[in-house]
Amino acid sequence: MGTGGEAWGWLGLAGGVAAAFGLMSWLARLAGLPIQYNLRNVVVRWRSSVATVLGIAAVVAVFVALRAMARGIEASSASTGDPDNLLVVRKGSQAESGSLVTREQFRIIESFEGLARNAAGRPVISAEVVAIISSARSQGPGEANALVRGVTASGMELRPQVRLVEGRWFEPGRREVVVARSLSRRFRDFGMGGEVKAGRARLRVVGHFDGGGSAFDSEAWMDADEARAVFDREPYSSLLMRPTDPAAAKVLAARIEGDRRFSLRAENEVEYYSKQTMTAKPIKYIAAVLGVAMSVGAVFAAMNTMYASVAARTREIGTLRVLGYSRRAVVACFMVEGACLSAAGGLLGCGLARFTNGLATGTLDFQSFAETVFQFRVTPDLMGLGLAFAVAIGLAGSLLPALRAARTPVISALKSA
Amino acid sequence: MNTPPPPTSTKKDPIVRVRSLSKVYRQGDIDVTALNAVSVDIQPGEFVALMGPSGSGKSTLLHIVAGIDRPTSGEVEVQGINVGNLDESDLAEWRNQYVGFVFQSFNLIPVLTAAENVELPLMLTRLGRAQRREQVRAALELVGLGDRMHHRPDQLSGGQQQRVAIARALVTDPVLVVADEPTGNLDAKSATDVLGILASLARDAGKTVIMVTHDPKAAAYGTRSLHLEKGEIVP
Repeated sequence: MGTGGEAWGWLGLAGGVAAAFGLMSWLARLAGLPIQYNLRNVVVRWRSSVATVLGIAAVVAVFVALRAMARGIEASSASTGDPDNLLVVRKGSQAESGSLVTREQFRIIESFEGLARNAAGRPVISAEVVAIISSARSQGPGEANALVRGVTASGMELRPQVRLVEGRWFEPGRREVVVARSLSRRFRDFGMGGEVKAGRARLRVVGHFDGGGSAFDSEAWMDADEARAVFDREPYSSLLMRPTDPAAAKVLAARIEGDRRFSLRAENEVEYYSKQTMTAKPIKYIAAVLGVAMSVGAVFAAMNTMYASVAARTREIGTLRVLGYSRRAVVACFMVEGACLSAAGGLLGCGLARFTNGLATGTLDFQSFAETVFQFRVTPDLMGLGLAFAVAIGLAGSLLPALRAARTPVISALKSA
Repeated sequence: MNTPPPPTSTKKDPIVRVRSLSKVYRQGDIDVTALNAVSVDIQPGEFVALMGPSGSGKSTLLHIVAGIDRPTSGEVEVQGINVGNLDESDLAEWRNQYVGFVFQSFNLIPVLTAAENVELPLMLTRLGRAQRREQVRAALELVGLGDRMHHRPDQLSGGQQQRVAIARALVTDPVLVVADEPTGNLDAKSATDVLGILASLARDAGKTVIMVTHDPKAAAYGTRSLHLEKGEIVP
């Protein structure tokens, strides 16, 4: 997230906190009781309060962490590419690994006007091969898929965010590979000097690069022509090119997409990657389902605590009613207490989830079916969402006990032990 | 329409006017009559002791007059307001403004200090924080507990707790103070102190005090005693 996004995130957190405390303050005013009445009662029943707070904290932590995972995957895709680049893939292909661009198509497109040229006067265009290999995981048994990209010198120029951090770049014509450092931690043979099996060939790891938090952090790069040979590919997978300016990019894209010989799609590189968020969707779905399922448990825990609290304070409720507190005030009073408990749980849960921030992990990319590496991103707005979620749990859990408290006849409430 | 029996007081403009008040409880299949057509007038500044054996209806009468229970039939007027006509919400507001309660078991909120307990009825008024604090201080000083404002109930003796409860009953300056066996849980010395305060409220501050008690010595502090038996006032 950039500086602007960060600011919005903090604004989101501030909004979540303000909404939670605004609601509690409104309920407290409706109740007409000093807030210390609720807070001290929470402390007096500390055992059940702690259990409820921990339960809600666990729910919020899981919810926020799962959302942070989805956010990390989205951020990885969103921060990939250069807005000045055009990426060309086959129409209908979901990922570069499933795309085909023939050598003839490459030669024709290479000659189009509107392409920027390098110092040598050659068009800035990279015909690339993307393939999947299977390799042993560094932790645990079994193998996982990894994405190998065959790139040209132009392709590396077009991706300045990728920089070598260890060893050296591969040499054209040699069976060498340079692996993203974050990906190298997830595979046994991806360390410096390791030998990676690719088809019948073996590739030697000669360097590690850093993709700057982009989708390239989940890739291994090698020479494009060598990749075609290793993976026995005649066509390329995609073309990455740099038009001279945005107007030329539009004309070029329209020309490529409009040419009936091609059946190709040309898209701004940043836009292409920002759409590659399919992997985040099931995680978001799991977060929602788990969030709902766990919140039901947390609601019952909060309800149990609040019912016990109401039962222990029946005479107090009667006294408050005698002093002039209305039924609505009694409802508000117990809901404030539920909200206080859940807000504490929410803050704790967000604090716990915050520990996962920046944690690098990987999962299966549902588009390329290769391992994708990303970082958990516990952003301030996610924490605001977690806090609001917690308060909602507390309010839902305290509603029925609060209504029971309010409905108790004054006389019988006063006579209770 | 039946003519209500004459009130037991003949003075004019009573602050509490009870007419043909009846209360019947349903216990299983049986109707239990707690009050049977009770009529009584109570004048401003009176300290009335309600006496009678258990189950005679004295607490029921007190609760209905104070607006925390509803009659089966009959009317209760306090300072011209027919309490029976008020809905639940208005009744709560009315209790806050017109009635101060003193309970046998003090009924203080254990997690709040003496001052916070006394402040509770004022939280429902439009008074600002400073005004509330001032009235709380005045009420606690009136009952001799100005130096115990920040003590919680468990840090006070029974007598002191009951005096806090009296301060809470007085803090909104109600026209009516009702006390349900206020000395029932107190030692003799504390009971004397509490009864002295209630008597001085009627005598010096012009409050109307209605107290339920079993104890003739406590009743002797009142300006009038009413005896109830089987739900009726008896001579």
